[in-house]
Amino acid sequence: MISQVFILSSQGDHLIYKDFRGEAGSDVVNLFYEKVTALTGDQPPVVMRHKDVHFVHVRQGGLYWVATTTADTSPFTIIEFLNRLTALVKDYCGSLSERSVQMNFALIYELLDEVVDYGYIQTTSSDILKNFIQTEAVSSKPFSLFDLSNVGLFGAETQQSKVAPSSAATRPIQSSRDQGGKSEIFVDVIERMLVVIGSNTSLLSLSCSHPSEMRIGLNEEFSIGKSQLRGYGAAVRVDECSFHQAVRLDEFDSLRILRLCPSQGEQTVMQYQLSDDLPSAPPFRLFPTIERDNGGRLLMYMKLRCDLPPKRSVLDPTRLQSFSSELNLSQELSSPDQSAELQPQSRAVVWKIPRFPGGTQLSALFKLEVPGFSSASMLEVGPVSLSFELPKITATGLQIRFLRLSPFQPGPAQRWVRYVTHSDSYTIRI
Amino acid sequence: MPYIGSEDTVRDLRRVLSNPNVQSDQLRYRNTILKVIRAMSQGVDVSGLFSEMVKACATVDIVQKKLVYVFLCSYATLNPELSLLVINTLRKDCQDPNPMVRSLALRNMTNLRLPSLVEYVEQPLTAGLRDRAACVRRVAVLGWAKLHNLQTNSEIDAAVVNELYSLLRDPDPVVMVNCLRALEEILREEGGVAINKPITHHLLNRLKECDIWGQCEVLRILQRYRPQSEDELFNILSLLDVSLISPHPPVMAATLSLFLSLCSGLPAVGLAALERVRGPLLAACGNTSREMQFTALCHIQLLLRSLPGLMGEHYKRFFCGYAEPAYIKQRKIEVLVELVNDDNVAILLDELRGYCTDVNISTAHAAISAIGRIGRSYSDKCLEILTELLGLKQEHITSAVVQTMRDLVWVCPQCSRTVCSAVEGCEAEIQDSQGRHALLWLLGVYGEQVSSVPYTLEVFIDGVRSEASVGVKMELLTATVRLFLCRPAETQDMLGRLLHYCIEEETNMCVSDQALLYYRLLHCGIEETRKVLQCRRSDPSLGVLIGRPAEPINQWSYIFNTLEPLRPGAIETESATIGGSPEHMTFDPKPNNDLSDTLSYSFGKTVRSVTDTALQCTDSSSDALTASVSAPLSLSLSPALSPEEFEDLWLQQQALHVEQGPEKIKAEENYVYMEEHVQCPTIFRCSPQSLQAAMQLVNIQTLAFTPPHTLPWRVYLYTNTQNKHSADTCHGTLILGELLYTGEEIQKKSKDEENVGVEARQDKREEEREEDTAEGRSEKERVKKNTAEKGIKVTLKQQPRDEKALKGFLSVLTTVLHALSSEK
Repeated sequence: MISQVFILSSQGDHLIYKDFRGEAGSDVVNLFYEKVTALTGDQPPVVMRHKDVHFVHVRQGGLYWVATTTADTSPFTIIEFLNRLTALVKDYCGSLSERSVQMNFALIYELLDEVVDYGYIQTTSSDILKNFIQTEAVSSKPFSLFDLSNVGLFGAETQQSKVAPSSAATRPIQSSRDQGGKSEIFVDVIERMLVVIGSNTSLLSLSCSHPSEMRIGLNEEFSIGKSQLRGYGAAVRVDECSFHQAVRLDEFDSLRILRLCPSQGEQTVMQYQLSDDLPSAPPFRLFPTIERDNGGRLLMYMKLRCDLPPKRSVLDPTRLQSFSSELNLSQELSSPDQSAELQPQSRAVVWKIPRFPGGTQLSALFKLEVPGFSSASMLEVGPVSLSFELPKITATGLQIRFLRLSPFQPGPAQRWVRYVTHSDSYTIRI
Repeated sequence: MPYIGSEDTVRDLRRVLSNPNVQSDQLRYRNTILKVIRAMSQGVDVSGLFSEMVKACATVDIVQKKLVYVFLCSYATLNPELSLLVINTLRKDCQDPNPMVRSLALRNMTNLRLPSLVEYVEQPLTAGLRDRAACVRRVAVLGWAKLHNLQTNSEIDAAVVNELYSLLRDPDPVVMVNCLRALEEILREEGGVAINKPITHHLLNRLKECDIWGQCEVLRILQRYRPQSEDELFNILSLLDVSLISPHPPVMAATLSLFLSLCSGLPAVGLAALERVRGPLLAACGNTSREMQFTALCHIQLLLRSLPGLMGEHYKRFFCGYAEPAYIKQRKIEVLVELVNDDNVAILLDELRGYCTDVNISTAHAAISAIGRIGRSYSDKCLEILTELLGLKQEHITSAVVQTMRDLVWVCPQCSRTVCSAVEGCEAEIQDSQGRHALLWLLGVYGEQVSSVPYTLEVFIDGVRSEASVGVKMELLTATVRLFLCRPAETQDMLGRLLHYCIEEETNMCVSDQALLYYRLLHCGIEETRKVLQCRRSDPSLGVLIGRPAEPINQWSYIFNTLEPLRPGAIETESATIGGSPEHMTFDPKPNNDLSDTLSYSFGKTVRSVTDTALQCTDSSSDALTASVSAPLSLSLSPALSPEEFEDLWLQQQALHVEQGPEKIKAEENYVYMEEHVQCPTIFRCSPQSLQAAMQLVNIQTLAFTPPHTLPWRVYLYTNTQNKHSADTCHGTLILGELLYTGEEIQKKSKDEENVGVEARQDKREEEREEDTAEGRSEKERVKKNTAEKGIKVTLKQQPRDEKALKGFLSVLTTVLHALSSEK
């Protein structure tokens, strides 16, 4: 049971406040913010208590999404609800940010009204909700010259117009109503890598703007679990796999086909996990050398190799390194477009590499001056952690073989399939 | 956040709202209302616009209607009279052909929260229950709950309740679930909606139609149902099996909760259910949402309390990611500690070592104390890491390491040598009082092992004037006096200075009193002081209790799937973490603690009171009791025995026993074999904690347990006896004991079922006590015949031999066991 829901910006501005049961006053909003700001440390605990009021919050899009409730409520339900609410707001407003919430507050009030009644969750399905929601979303996308570049000279089709911009899927689901039935389907295969010793979790997310029956074909050699091996060659294997409840799996066992009738908005079709051994080698390898020079400085020579096939480039990899006390940094990097800086707060050296083509190698030399340096301080160097995004690559090798719509589909739909691998946590110990 | 110019804003808005031109232009009108709502959600008091907004309510534009209702519901309680004007519009909307308008009107009518409007609302609500559109019925059903809560003292309308019960059969699943919710609220005084067999089966059959929120609600309410037969129970469980492995964490959690409450009498089924949810829970730990990960982690901690091996092979899932927030990291570290086993300990320690240098100080501390906890089982590797960390010379790390080492030494005294050499010279880095407190305790207790202690303490004593923490000052006093006992020459001078300062200049009463106490104690002589200050250096009870014993599920099932496990510190660790070890949690003067160890237990008196509760006292034990009451006997826990020493002694005696066989007992002077049978069949169901507590009451120390409900069930214990009747010779004896309950096997050996055999062996070192052991044996046999019904086999070893003390001890033990089993 939820007694209030409110959304706060990170500065504590009240964006949305809705009281469902009229049991507690609206001063709880300020109370919550005081509690959050009174805490030192990076993030407040998920559940906080003030007398009988329990605050459960999630942070999404830089905002606090808070529900107040009683002690015996299921935390799984409340957190899932708040997550679902953020997803709904994102679907309806296009994106999640302080600005979009501010501009669409009427829409969000309307949503909340339909989703929760008297503290009880009624429905969160966007199929049902779209019948009730009347307010139009206000898109918060600022005008950008970049958008114009997609329009070819004199209307000619350019290379770029065949590629959807990366933000294409992030738009309000309702605006598609006006576009005369133009339907688009975005299938994203997003893998998140959690590599310390090598485990991997991923999710296949689908965002779709028109309901229609469709079939998604996965690799034929796709298998779940260790015992099940299909055919010869490099099988695509995952350990655990769960599907959205709308997915019909009658053809999955034999043909690896998922059939589903997606509703508007974004939904996760399939979620899979793979632990321990990756089928492919990890994308990055690091060869560190750490030594002290005569002047008591710490020399770190880093060689970073990208083991991806050539022509695949990596976007925005960052290297982080934790280190102890105050120090000075001087650096020698292999290319001018890279940069490195010392962040005293997190005690880390951050090396930014804007573009990193596959099959190449980069190196850097960092010289650090550490006061009171001793041999034991070497222990504190590391670990190195990388954050990156690998487009068009899945670590498991999962691929969408085909994406077929049912023959009764009115009008041709645009189909987009994207693969991307994110580094959730890619840590290399030194 | 009140705006400075809020009055101007309201005045402007009112002017625009009452402008007829605006009112005729729908778009402008709506935009103005939008502005009002925006101001409202930013915290501006716009209640003054109520009458203008009431007018805006009468419109055909649904969006505008919705906006106005948001406003009206927020401010209706402030303007009850004006709200009456809205009711007419709302009632008219309830007749609208559009079901959306009807449901909207009905919902907001009940959301106004005005008791004065109840009479106008009842009629549309009754009509709403029979509306054609499901969305109207949904609203109407919950509307009754709102209405009831508005006037809680009014009588419950039986017709409405009946109507709601019949709507449980509504084709729309949300209406059905809302009925449950509404009945739950309306009938709260009667204990909520009645869950009988037909309703239960109806709900279970329709579970699949509901969305996840509805399923959670139904599963929660079904927890009240008690199946009438075992067949029915298993039918329900097999129906629920699908939702147990649901990919939606809320459904999975609600189902498990229901499972646990249904199977509260069948622990094995409950454990199987826990195994079953392992997959979904681990998947929830990998959820994209951090908060969901956190929730799953907290609940995994709960599950591990009953099934410590549940996640053993999945330990890699609990490794921390670099960018994870501290609250997740700390929970993961707590889980990792529980997962340690021989195979993964090296990998886990390596991983934890990496967290010790975390930027977040509290995460680093959690990792360090986690290594300390693992050190109880794998001390060598952990001490190596902790010593290495001291080399970092980081203030907060050193302090945390010293506290962890102190806690470790308290549990594993065999580590003291390594710890002592490690802490030498790290006093300069420790700045906080907790860390210095820990360091001083280590220095005081192990002062004779570290050569530089007097110099270290001298530095502390010189700086005592600027010391702010009372706890540190008191620990300094104790440490110095302790050091004085073992190294008087080096310490005498500084002890004098410290006592002088504390007695003459110190303003804090606690410190100066403690100093006075020590001063007077020293006047009584060095032996007296030693007796008081020779404290326990370790807690022997924790020695072999590595890892938590598995708890029964019902210890935590009532907080499963509530907010409770998510609260910081909700899952208590088995002993104190950083912050204080068992002995030093408080600033209590040490002598109290130490004296309690040696407090003799006036045996006869208390036992009599215990026997009152022990209803089924057997002949033998009462015999023994009368025999022993004549001879005053006292049991004590000191000197303490470490688990290793215990094991050595035990095995040594075992070897003797095997070599010579029971026949040769007579020939062997210092050896007696005795068996006792106690009627206490339920004792093995007793929780280790209560057994330990009970034993400690009579100064018997339990060393190791098997978890309850396992067969064979074993407990190892020891105590020291002192015979008061021969006080001049004052010979204490040491008794080691084993309680064994094997169930089946014993049944075959002895004639009757479930025998408790008490087997006592006695070491005889004192010449004058060479009495014939045959008597003991014959008594044993007699006892066996008498009470060979249900029991526990107890093996006892005494050193040196003292027949009477042993008998006395036996009777104490039996009485305790009886008391415990009769409690059950």
